[in-house]
Amino acid sequence: MADLLEVNELTRFFDMGNGELCHAVDKISLSIAEKEIVGLVGESGSGKSTFGKTVLGLHSKTSGTVKFRGETLPQQYRPADFQRLAGKMQMIFQDPYSSLNPRMTVGEIVAEGIRLHPQLNSAGIKERVAEWLVKVGLQADHMSRYPHEFSGGQRQRIGIARALILAPEFVVCDEPISALDVSVQAQVVNLLGELKESMGLTLLFIAHDLSMVRYVSDRMAVMYLGSLVEIGKADELYFDPKHPYTEVLIGSNPEPDPEFERSRPSTAIRGEIPSPVNVPAGCRFASRCEKVMDVCRQVTPPLLQLKDLDRQVACHLYR
Amino acid sequence: MSAAVADTKNASTLLEVENLAVEFDTYGGTVQAVRGVNFTVQAGKTLAIVGESGCGKSVTVQSMMGLIPMPPGRITAGSARLRGQEILGRTLVDGREIRGSQIGMIFQDPMTSLNPTMTIGKQIAEPLQVHRGYSAKKAFARAIELLEMSKIPEAAKRASQYPFEFSGGMLQRAMIAMAISCKPSILIADEPTTALDVTIQAQILDLLQDLQKETGMAIVLITHDLGVVARMADEVAVMYAGKIVEHGSVDDVFYRSAHPYTLGLKLAMPNNDPSRQHTLQPIEGSPPDLFSPPLGCGYCARCPYAMQLCCSKHPQEFVMSGAHYSRCWLHHAAALSKPEELYFSATQGDQ
Repeated sequence: MADLLEVNELTRFFDMGNGELCHAVDKISLSIAEKEIVGLVGESGSGKSTFGKTVLGLHSKTSGTVKFRGETLPQQYRPADFQRLAGKMQMIFQDPYSSLNPRMTVGEIVAEGIRLHPQLNSAGIKERVAEWLVKVGLQADHMSRYPHEFSGGQRQRIGIARALILAPEFVVCDEPISALDVSVQAQVVNLLGELKESMGLTLLFIAHDLSMVRYVSDRMAVMYLGSLVEIGKADELYFDPKHPYTEVLIGSNPEPDPEFERSRPSTAIRGEIPSPVNVPAGCRFASRCEKVMDVCRQVTPPLLQLKDLDRQVACHLYR
Repeated sequence: MSAAVADTKNASTLLEVENLAVEFDTYGGTVQAVRGVNFTVQAGKTLAIVGESGCGKSVTVQSMMGLIPMPPGRITAGSARLRGQEILGRTLVDGREIRGSQIGMIFQDPMTSLNPTMTIGKQIAEPLQVHRGYSAKKAFARAIELLEMSKIPEAAKRASQYPFEFSGGMLQRAMIAMAISCKPSILIADEPTTALDVTIQAQILDLLQDLQKETGMAIVLITHDLGVVARMADEVAVMYAGKIVEHGSVDDVFYRSAHPYTLGLKLAMPNNDPSRQHTLQPIEGSPPDLFSPPLGCGYCARCPYAMQLCCSKHPQEFVMSGAHYSRCWLHHAAALSKPEELYFSATQGDQ
């Protein structure tokens, strides 16, 4: 499979004033093959969403490159770039309550993309919108209603229709199910799965629900404090984590199985994620790591391929 | 009183809630948020109340704490007795001897539940001054000890800081310190970890378990996360559309699920058992409108096994064994289909 998206040492810093830099995303390299789903997990504040937005150009890049089908995308998008790339790359947002304009009807929200890409007349647009509303499990006559008339799950479907109506090739799903109830999460995940199959989509699936990410993704990537610590096949990574942070993260994930929960020791980690402002040298996880060595505090471990496993880990234990 | 409640009623029963019903008047009509809920809380045990948003789980515990705004809220029926003493329907002042003193509560969103203009130490000290008559100085010193109990490093320094200087996990610890300050016999935790990361969630759950071991308090844990339930609970009550549809020990509810909704929830979640791969089966549709709740079972519109009777008559509690019961007509002796996925008791029938 050819790589659809190639991210190379992508970095995004935010200037906090007073000479302080927030290292939100720091030199992340990641390739996503065509029709692949890559799940991105990490604690809040680890830079998952910033990474997704920077890849799409919603944030300008501090350094590094993003290549889409071999084409290097601009460092900072101008309106024309958004116009051109919106048909290829789209985003589904986390909060279905704040990401839809309450003053626009559902029809206007979903049609906005194709109105800006004028191949269709207004009747054609309406037809297309109706078709998409049905595709995401709503009804065509919902078009004239406003977002507040819908439940969270239905709003997320509207968000999906808005993102996919331009038939993009690559979609960033930024926590698309975190705001939803368990029974509705499965509806949305299955819908995304079906659309992915029928449209041949490539997805970057950002979430903090580890079980769901394992279920959805082909490959899984773990972020900590702006850097990528481990990436590998979703199942392998989940059941056999190599990086100490991944181990802790997966160990903290409560499983819906009382016997299993009783039998396993608590793996709660000490401390909290440090501030990403002016990060010191060395491994970023060193301050919380159980297996920390002297070298960890001085040298930043690069993301390296493991010998006999399809896995990349950024940890001195595996050098 | 139902048979299930009677069976478990013994010396260790701390709290007994019977037939609780709560309504809210809104412009759109009257919402019947809680429609007859029975449960008991045993000393030193954890009861988890599980359900999706809008099922009435928070309203249930808020009404016990006297936190329902009235009007528009109204407790229309039922009783809740703490060691035999009625706690429902108390006024604001009258309720103080219960609220914060015998029952402590922690809330979902620690950021908005604490007073931003008071230092953490003073906020923790306040209940001690109100309920225990401590002097300000003595209460503040105790607050520092409580912060230490909640495993907050540098407690003395932290006590004189404001909430904005704390992270979400730390605030939740501070709130736990406040809730346990008067040594309550019951701690109500309303979605205590929903706003937190899994790593911090694990820390908070560990803390709650440690404190329970130390103080012997009972915990009522409200959550929608079955993983958290499996980890924490002794007993589980599954709520749907304002009623408890299944109740039992954690093993009963997880391994011998007797209500289609419990089963539906389990199948809608990814399972991390590598030997078993299943596709997610969503529960189609959405919960019923509680402005005009269905005549019969609240779940009948979404239930794959629904029978004619289900939509017209509300099922009673069918006892599986001991405290394990399910409100589902499939357990009636006359029900024709007995789906394999569901657990059926050997001694079946109308009891």
